[in-house]
Amino acid sequence: MLRAFELTKFFGGLPVLQRAYIEFHPGEVHALMGENGAGKSTLLKMLAGLYQPDAGIIEWRGQPVRFQSPHDALSQGIAMVHQELMPIPDLNVAENLLLGMEPVNALGWVDRAELHRQARQWLQELNTDLDTHQPMRRLSVAQMQVVEIAKALARQADVILMDEPTAALSDHEVTALFNAINTLRRGGVAVVYTTHKMDEVFRLADRISVLRDGQLVCTKAAIELSPESLIAHMVGRELSQVFPPITTLPGDVILEVSNLTRAPAFRDISFTLRRGEVLGLAGLMGAGRTEVVSALYGLHAADSGTIRLHGKTLGLTTPADGLATGIGMLTEDRKGSGIIPALSMQHNLTLTALRQYCHGGVIDATAEAAVTQKATADFAIKASGPGQAIQQLSGGNQQKVLLARALLAAPAVLILDEPTRGIDIGAKAEIYALIGRLSAQGTAILLVSSELPEILSLTHRILVLRQGELAAELDPRQTNQEEILRHAMPQ
Amino acid sequence: MNAARPSLDRNLRHRLGIVAVLFCIAGLLAVSTDSFATAANLTNVARQVSINGILAVGVTFVLLTGGVDLSLGSVVALSGVVCALFAHPGDHSLAVPISMGLLTGALCGLLNGVLVTRGGIAPFIVTLGMMTVARGLALIFSGGKPVADMTPALTHLAGDWGPLPIPVLCFAVVALMSWLFLGRFRLGRHLYAVGGNEQAARAAGVSVPRVKLFAYGVCGLLTGLAGVVLAARITTGQPNAGQAYELDAIAAVVIGGTSLSGGVGSVLGTILGVLLIGVINNGLDLQGVSSYYQAVIKGVIIVGAVWLDRRQSRS
Repeated sequence: MLRAFELTKFFGGLPVLQRAYIEFHPGEVHALMGENGAGKSTLLKMLAGLYQPDAGIIEWRGQPVRFQSPHDALSQGIAMVHQELMPIPDLNVAENLLLGMEPVNALGWVDRAELHRQARQWLQELNTDLDTHQPMRRLSVAQMQVVEIAKALARQADVILMDEPTAALSDHEVTALFNAINTLRRGGVAVVYTTHKMDEVFRLADRISVLRDGQLVCTKAAIELSPESLIAHMVGRELSQVFPPITTLPGDVILEVSNLTRAPAFRDISFTLRRGEVLGLAGLMGAGRTEVVSALYGLHAADSGTIRLHGKTLGLTTPADGLATGIGMLTEDRKGSGIIPALSMQHNLTLTALRQYCHGGVIDATAEAAVTQKATADFAIKASGPGQAIQQLSGGNQQKVLLARALLAAPAVLILDEPTRGIDIGAKAEIYALIGRLSAQGTAILLVSSELPEILSLTHRILVLRQGELAAELDPRQTNQEEILRHAMPQ
Repeated sequence: MNAARPSLDRNLRHRLGIVAVLFCIAGLLAVSTDSFATAANLTNVARQVSINGILAVGVTFVLLTGGVDLSLGSVVALSGVVCALFAHPGDHSLAVPISMGLLTGALCGLLNGVLVTRGGIAPFIVTLGMMTVARGLALIFSGGKPVADMTPALTHLAGDWGPLPIPVLCFAVVALMSWLFLGRFRLGRHLYAVGGNEQAARAAGVSVPRVKLFAYGVCGLLTGLAGVVLAARITTGQPNAGQAYELDAIAAVVIGGTSLSGGVGSVLGTILGVLLIGVINNGLDLQGVSSYYQAVIKGVIIVGAVWLDRRQSRS
């Protein structure tokens, strides 16, 4: 029904998807598997009209098509449910569901009774019973997802593309979502979805395609694959090629955190961090990892507990406090709290450490240019020049600029919150190597990551957070993904 | 990838665009009227734009942080009235009325800043309140009548210094200092950072409240200066002066390419915006266009200029 030939996409000169051939059939659930950055989302977004392919053909019902926008794709019957959902929080469920296709009466007014009746009908097709009058903001992520799927159904979609629909869901919610997907399958809809979760794929998918480093490695019926063979296809190489060995021996304790609490986000968190140590912070989404490290940086202060750096108790209420005492941080949300889009690469880079290049408040342009040149070379930042606006750089290069920004302040403790989220494999490898170098130079690193291979390969020690509490401390050499997950799962 | 052009080029092109429009209008006026391209008229234009110019440069600071200041006109009146109250002949030395006027403006600005940063109230609301309060205070302090009987020492400030009108000199100095400040100083860089992405600026260690307070303070101080210059020019403290001055000032800044959402803009652009509005006003006067029509034409030009700019930046 939907086919793609030789589909290719470049970002900033780097191929993220190369000559992929894939086809989707009605009434079939097709899973796309692969590591982050393998090209899954890119493939979906091209099929949904969000991105235009640089080469290759998309064929829809036997005809080649070019979708200029998601709207184009939707009008042909291809809908996408995004990884980051985009509901309008203050409108109610029915209004969100039928946005832009509200039933109207003879006067052109929205017929509210009919609106809610139709919304309920679509939701019932998915075997869900939601109060269509409640505002979208009150819904759980899983419920929002169901509304998004119903929204696609209401628009008569024949293909529904879902980007990691289960990433933020509890087991119970996953079951509800799977019931909805099974309903779609029986109704002859082609469902395409991406996931990282093995068990799910074998429960749900009819067919599995594996992507690796922008290549479509294989497409097979699910029954032909085992979890082991699937992993072999996905990884395709030894992890040691990506992760540098961490050889540094940690030194003295420099950071002591005791009983740090900010209810309800996290409670009673205590740990220490040594010079040159890389400490991993693992946990599910919403376990409080980002909240804990934000408190250590002063981004969002804790209510109680103490933070001692070099034996001195710190009162952190703003990031400026954290920086002044030698704590640096790379925030998780690159767009929201990382880059300043309209400013140049250079101005973004030097923002934090600008004081070092100033005399009496006046910026020393020569010193600033010199440090920019050095950082550009050291971090292999690809930009057309120091004056290029940072929003035009690729995600990986933006991340390198932000990392360089944090390091220019020469922090004793560096917090990295999801440092490799959404960047290509090349940039990831550079960031891994950098973590190794910093650790060797004696920087203490707190690494928050949802990618367990990163946590397992790069750290000296792993803390697992569960629902805001410290659940376990593990030795990466003597543990595995399953054990970490067992501690991370709500009991 | 979409070949979006670097933003710096965009700023440059934007400025060249305004310069071109400015020259076109000036050329047209020079050809179509005898009086435009005379030294006397051009000096007159410069004198007329200087007050709006000082205000526009001041409000550029606030707009860069993503804020807005609607209280300019009222604070101009209040500062003028306060200045005039201390400027009766023989009362004080010249420094007292001038500094009282500046202080009044600066205090109003700082209060705006405190309410925005500490109070967490939207700048639109805070400065709307200040607009009414300052106007009321100007009327209270003056008793509702113009504060006359001004020492000649002060009114001379509206006169010339050598060949140059002093208000024009004030505008030039303010513009030059602000240009240097925004381009060369750390705090100036921080203004752009806060306006560009407040969350990210905070996370990068910028003290957002301090930067905003500074912006509103500078805007207030320059508004006080505009009030003093205006009082000197009209030789009284007029409680009803400065009506809608904030709109001309903000219009000039926006025509000059400063984004109302903050983070993008420059003093150079603001100066060009001020000159453009000034030349248009003068041209319409010289052509004998009625002030009713002038208002309509000016409004259309303001919206048109910004529309053209947005269209250009999207293409």
